[in-house]
Amino acid sequence: METTAVRRRLTWQAAAVTSIARETASVVTIELEPPDWPGHLAGQHLDVRLTAGPIGGYFVWEPTDDSPLMLIAGGSGVVPLRSMLRHRLRAGSDVPARLLYSSRTLPDVIYRGELDQYGDGVRVICTLTRSQPPGWTGYSGRVNTAMLAETVWPASQHPLAFVCGPTTFVEAVAENLIGLGYPSERIKTERFGGT
Amino acid sequence: MDAVDGNAIGGLLIDVFGTEMTAANSTCGTCGTGRPVAELVVYRRAPGTVVRCRTCGSVLMVFVKVHGVTCVDLDGLASLSQLVARGDS
Repeated sequence: METTAVRRRLTWQAAAVTSIARETASVVTIELEPPDWPGHLAGQHLDVRLTAGPIGGYFVWEPTDDSPLMLIAGGSGVVPLRSMLRHRLRAGSDVPARLLYSSRTLPDVIYRGELDQYGDGVRVICTLTRSQPPGWTGYSGRVNTAMLAETVWPASQHPLAFVCGPTTFVEAVAENLIGLGYPSERIKTERFGGT
Repeated sequence: MDAVDGNAIGGLLIDVFGTEMTAANSTCGTCGTGRPVAELVVYRRAPGTVVRCRTCGSVLMVFVKVHGVTCVDLDGLASLSQLVARGDS
């Protein structure tokens, strides 16, 4: 607890969620890290708002497309891709899907339990870039051409790729996919900005 | 500041154009390359929002909010086209 000024005017700022802890069946604690937090007094509260939505008509997947689905995620980029996998499941789709998911360490893997549940039809491949736990059988290190060549649907199967994550990750992966024969119009990208 | 892409300004574009625009096709007025708005290079808080062609780097769109009014500069675009949704005239 640092400064304790009472703000005269409320200003909205974007804050990263740094942790979520389930307290009870109906209560969750969400820890937020706003970049310009001026400090507060014990007992004060915040207004929190979600941005409006749903937004977007480009980086979307519908089960009517039966192309093999290639999802490639860097860090929090897995969020919209996981939504696609959930939709695929709910729609009873049998479109073959693969998710290549890059995270720093095992605790950084979001939706881990859920990803472990996917059976046949969805192949989940994880790579840990910073450190791996003992007995780790997944990939290690950053996504590179060799890893992509081993894990993505071959271009000959006319897959549809969605790549999401930090800007540099997305651009490197997209470039590699083009090198592996994916037409650029079959690679959809969403860049989240800095690492 | 790391660039993002047109997906990140989906909400802003709805405010400005009144409809979803990330899947709309843009044509650069400088190099003529066409691509979906979602694939353009976007810098936020540049100040304002600046959208550039991914091929030649030219500025295509600038959005600046001044006194509650959003100023829109589309001078760099040769064209912007959107499929009309079924049911619209």
